[in-house]
Amino acid sequence: MDAPHSMGTTIIGMEYAEGVILGADSRTTTGLYVANRASDKITQLTDNVYVCRSGSAADSQVVSDYVRYFLNQHTIQIGKAASVKTAATLVRELSYQNKSFLETGLIVAGWDTHEGGSVYGVPLGGTMLRLPFATGGSGCSYLYGFLDQAWQPNMSREDAEKLVVKAIALAIARDGASGGVVRTINVNAYGVERNFYAGDQLPLFYDELAPRPTLIHF
Amino acid sequence: MSTIGTGYDLSVTTFSPDGRVFQIEYATKAVDNSGTVIGVRCKDGVVLGVEKLISSKMLLEGSNRRIHAINRHAGMALAGLAADGRQIVTRARTEAANYLSFYGEDVPIKELSNRVAHYSHLCTLYWWLRPFGSSSIIGGYDMDGPQLYTIDPSGVAYRYYGAAIGKGRQAAKTEIEKLRLAQMTCREGVMAVAKIIYGVHDEAKDKSFELEMSWVCDESNREHQRIPTDLLMEAKAMARDAQEDDLDAF
Repeated sequence: MDAPHSMGTTIIGMEYAEGVILGADSRTTTGLYVANRASDKITQLTDNVYVCRSGSAADSQVVSDYVRYFLNQHTIQIGKAASVKTAATLVRELSYQNKSFLETGLIVAGWDTHEGGSVYGVPLGGTMLRLPFATGGSGCSYLYGFLDQAWQPNMSREDAEKLVVKAIALAIARDGASGGVVRTINVNAYGVERNFYAGDQLPLFYDELAPRPTLIHF
Repeated sequence: MSTIGTGYDLSVTTFSPDGRVFQIEYATKAVDNSGTVIGVRCKDGVVLGVEKLISSKMLLEGSNRRIHAINRHAGMALAGLAADGRQIVTRARTEAANYLSFYGEDVPIKELSNRVAHYSHLCTLYWWLRPFGSSSIIGGYDMDGPQLYTIDPSGVAYRYYGAAIGKGRQAAKTEIEKLRLAQMTCREGVMAVAKIIYGVHDEAKDKSFELEMSWVCDESNREHQRIPTDLLMEAKAMARDAQEDDLDAF
């Protein structure tokens, strides 16, 4: 009952033609109890960089808070927006130096003037790897093969968003620790846009029941 | 301009009644008495040049370098006390390395200059430290293009199109102002810098000097490096000829 809040989670970061899409499910659990069924696992670090959080909810929040604090000062100091690489490096530094205390996998993604859209995976031990797409959380195990086949470089915004939503829906279908709604964030040169997909807007797959109208009428 | 700050100039932590810190001004004098150092920012990079006064014929050519690399993309030319300058270079190198380690990217030149300035300024705040008797000119190329900064003993960093410090700075500044830097390439800048340094060198007062130059530009792949030998030879020859032409004019 007093098990630590864990974000079972499925998180994704994906590059497309003009920027990046970040996506996540919304289930936070304490043991088997769903503590929050509509959490927001995508957190802002700067105007142009966001991070998807997985693993321990507390650890990932604290790391994000520290990095946001550093980046805020850094942005003022250098007089321009921080790059995604810098944000990811700071996340990595905290993850690596405190690896024995932390249990959090993060995906840092955003848009900057020099690299355009970029996605960096920073998993448990504090590795940092730039990737065209990255997945994390307990649900990501079910997505490797799917994304290997489905991801293409230079997708359009719509295609990339659809792919992210589909992938998270697939993971939610198979991973008990992931569920709820799907939240996405799109970051590109023009700005940031949030999207929300409730259960009924998610695609259904093999063996899932389509929602049926109620049999009871008043 | 010679002023004596009687009584108010014994410590860097003492202001004079007219708001000056004399110790810092005296430190600047050490810079003013050293060989000229100039830097110019051309359209595709930065060129640094130093009038390295040779105190003894026994010195090996190319020793006692006055221009140092800070990281791949930035170099620093020094005037004033050599040992103080060496300390500043070491600090700048550490700052650049730490920034890269912490933020994952090369330090922006502006940030590097601010840190060096901060360090220089630090030494003007405590009575048990003395100010650095050394000014530096930083030339670098980062994501915002080529940039040129000077840092003086008071701990101020200024960004310039063209800068000169040391003995011949007044004459050098006059010459630099005549140049159309925004239209010049670094190749042309190298020639101009060599000419200026040969021009401001005082044959009567100082025996001989060695010209030391470096650049960081598109041609050098945005890396700070010494001017390629052939170009340096050409620049020196042209500068020497220009001097003789000027003498002939009399």
